[in-house]
Amino acid sequence: MILTLRIWRQKHARDKGRFETYEMKGVSPDMSFLEMLDVLSDSLVDRGEDALTFDNDCREGICGMCSLTINGVPHGPDQGGTVCQLHMRRYKEGDTITIEPWRVSPFPVLKDLAVDRSAFDRIIQAGGYITTNAGSAVDANAILVPRADAETAMDAAACIGCGACAASCPNGSAMLFVAAKVSHLAHLPQGAPERAQRVLSMVSQMDQEGFGNCTNHSECEAVCPKEINVSHIAKINREFIRAAVKSIF
Amino acid sequence: MKLDAKIPSGPMAGKWEKRKFEGKLVNPSNKRKYNIIVVGSGLAGGGAAASLGELGYNVDCFCFQDSSRRAHSIAAQGGINAAKNYQNDGDSVYRLFYDTVKGGDFRSREANVHRLAEVSAAIIDQCVAMGVPFAREYGGTLANRSFGGAQVSRTFYARGQTGQQLLLGVYSALSRQIGAGQVRMHPRTEMLDLVVVDGHAKGIVTRDLITGKIESWAADAVVLATGGYGPVFYLSTNAVGNNVTAAYRAHKKGALFANPCYTQIHPTCIPLSGDHQSKLTLMSESLRNDGRIWVPKKQGDTRTPGDIPDAERDYYLERMYPSFGNLAPRDISSRAAKRACDEGRGVGPGRLGVYLDFRDALSRLGDDTIRQRYDNLFDMYERITGENAYNMPMRIYPAIHYTMGGLWVDYDLMSNVPGLYVLGEANFSDHGANRLGASALMQGLADGCFVIPYTIAEYLAGTAPGEVGTDHDEFKKSQNEVSDRIRALLSVNGKRSATSFHRELGLLMWEKCGMARNEAGLKSALEMIPALREEFWENVKVTGSGNDLNSELERAGRVADFLEFGELLVTDAITREESCGGHFREEYQTEEGEAMRDDENFSFVGAWEYTGETPILHKENLEFEEVHLAVRSYK
Repeated sequence: MILTLRIWRQKHARDKGRFETYEMKGVSPDMSFLEMLDVLSDSLVDRGEDALTFDNDCREGICGMCSLTINGVPHGPDQGGTVCQLHMRRYKEGDTITIEPWRVSPFPVLKDLAVDRSAFDRIIQAGGYITTNAGSAVDANAILVPRADAETAMDAAACIGCGACAASCPNGSAMLFVAAKVSHLAHLPQGAPERAQRVLSMVSQMDQEGFGNCTNHSECEAVCPKEINVSHIAKINREFIRAAVKSIF
Repeated sequence: MKLDAKIPSGPMAGKWEKRKFEGKLVNPSNKRKYNIIVVGSGLAGGGAAASLGELGYNVDCFCFQDSSRRAHSIAAQGGINAAKNYQNDGDSVYRLFYDTVKGGDFRSREANVHRLAEVSAAIIDQCVAMGVPFAREYGGTLANRSFGGAQVSRTFYARGQTGQQLLLGVYSALSRQIGAGQVRMHPRTEMLDLVVVDGHAKGIVTRDLITGKIESWAADAVVLATGGYGPVFYLSTNAVGNNVTAAYRAHKKGALFANPCYTQIHPTCIPLSGDHQSKLTLMSESLRNDGRIWVPKKQGDTRTPGDIPDAERDYYLERMYPSFGNLAPRDISSRAAKRACDEGRGVGPGRLGVYLDFRDALSRLGDDTIRQRYDNLFDMYERITGENAYNMPMRIYPAIHYTMGGLWVDYDLMSNVPGLYVLGEANFSDHGANRLGASALMQGLADGCFVIPYTIAEYLAGTAPGEVGTDHDEFKKSQNEVSDRIRALLSVNGKRSATSFHRELGLLMWEKCGMARNEAGLKSALEMIPALREEFWENVKVTGSGNDLNSELERAGRVADFLEFGELLVTDAITREESCGGHFREEYQTEEGEAMRDDENFSFVGAWEYTGETPILHKENLEFEEVHLAVRSYK
């Protein structure tokens, strides 16, 4: 296939950035999207130009590092997958594809298509954990968890922290990311002692990082590579109200 | 150099207790005076950084990814072993120990493996306490599944994402320590040298991958948990960023590299589709619980799988290994697949594939049960191949997956360089010549959370904190070397990209030193690798500068190290004149094509010393007190 790629190029964080257009020949339908970018980047190096910078690592949809907005949609057209899992058989001869980084202000662009997502790490550091030192645990089967609760917790825990939710949200909200962690731990008895403090601290950090509020657009669920349901946002809202009321009395 | 593994004396089952009791301690108020560097943030590194932080040490943790949550432990799918015996099916610490030593083809160190089996139960307890959502039964207890190389169900799992859930557990524990200021995390920072002062590891030199800044970090001990070296083969199931650089630079500073030729081929990967390919995708081995592996009996059979009746299918693992069947260990299953394809009975494009068929399990258990068990794996397969495995069998082929070799460590997980500890896949100690499924996660967490917190105190107790600072000459020397090398890479200005060299090296390694090896092939590799390396330094093209985010420069540095390390791997393979586990030398096989060990001459750990010229081999003899050396039979 021959494709036209419009790709965001930006030299560094302070550069204004612009789209560059590349004609891409010999694209095989069996290539992954990132392999196509590898080929393009290699050809740029051959011509003596700067390689194309884009974050990626595992290339099997689980590490959460890849982060491209394709034709306006984080992770591209396939439902329930990351951009590294997207294959070129999704496209046809002559297509024009626009490739941008995540577009949300708490994730500043570092170079080309790579952004800084440390805001997500700081939200987890604020409370996205259970306080338990190595060696302090009771026997694993001493804590019984109803299967349905374990499954719901797992649904939420599947989050890979890629940031597509925030990148897709018209408000630039990170609610689905924060909700996934709060809901995961709130569904397990191990998470109960810190339940109230956790949601308050994480939401407060999310606000400090400059993420917007949730107004139920559900764009996040539509692009989430792990198909995390917005019902977890309903859960975090209940958790937040519960904790906030509790903190008054 | 005499290699002393420092294995505690006394009965096997009491060694770890004895070591824990006899080891020196650092008292709680003194712990905060010590600085520890941890490189890598996977299960081993992240677990170590968090656990050492919990104890009160000051920790600096480094990773090259944008967050500690990206480490490649995250990609492990199937599960984690532990000797809990929750299934009441005859499991025990001793059986897990025995299975692991046997699975490793009698090339691991018994005492380390026994400790691994002992602490396995505590790992599951800790993970549950951290909130890892393991699969459960309706009564609320934990569920188990069985895995290759074992006849008991001892594998704990979280759908097909066990590694992810364990890593996120470790990441949350690490995040707590970062939030508390006990651990300082340095993402997008790559270790480019180990600094050794008066024979002791005292720090590292790093490159900030965003600004290009070269920086020195001093500490009282350095812990490497930087994973394996699978991508020396270019195509592997590893993340594309995984590399040998940190371990290899430590090797050049004196740490011995043990058993580099022990590389694991995973039998269930999605076959290659073209030259553009950057990685191979693994389908969890747990699929072999319900999938049956077969090829057509007839050579060159081009019928669609559904048109081939049972009588004309060869379920070769079930035929050759009736008691383990489709759950035969990884090395054995991989070679059987290669043999079937070599005989012209392979399937799919290029005839490099075998079927993994769920037809019988689907009719026995129904689509829903299979979906529940393997959920994301079937999806993943369809995304990559465009085929639906509910309707037709998967096609699989072996691929490089894990590396058992690594830096040499003693029982305390300390390398021969005092103060340098090596954990997880980066060391060599627990899996011998072949790792059993669901044991990598176990080892990472064991090393990071339950071994290093005890053993590092022994060294620190004898060391005055903060003895050496970054103003020491060795740091300056090391920084200069690192900067010079970066300048050298940028100034070659040749015609070929680093990736093209990497691909060529990988293909060469796979063909000459992959699933099957022979002397002639290995010898030719020993001529080809130095020639390729020479060409690299004359003809590589690295664009951009050293002062900003430059993925080409990062890649070139890693490929340069692979080009040196590959030669060491082949040297080890040519020296080991026997077949064992993942190291299969064609000259040493039985008439049925099984691996033939030579216990009399090769029952040792081969630990290589860097000299700048021909490496020197040091041997640690393996003594087996508990497990009787035997031909490893899964028939």
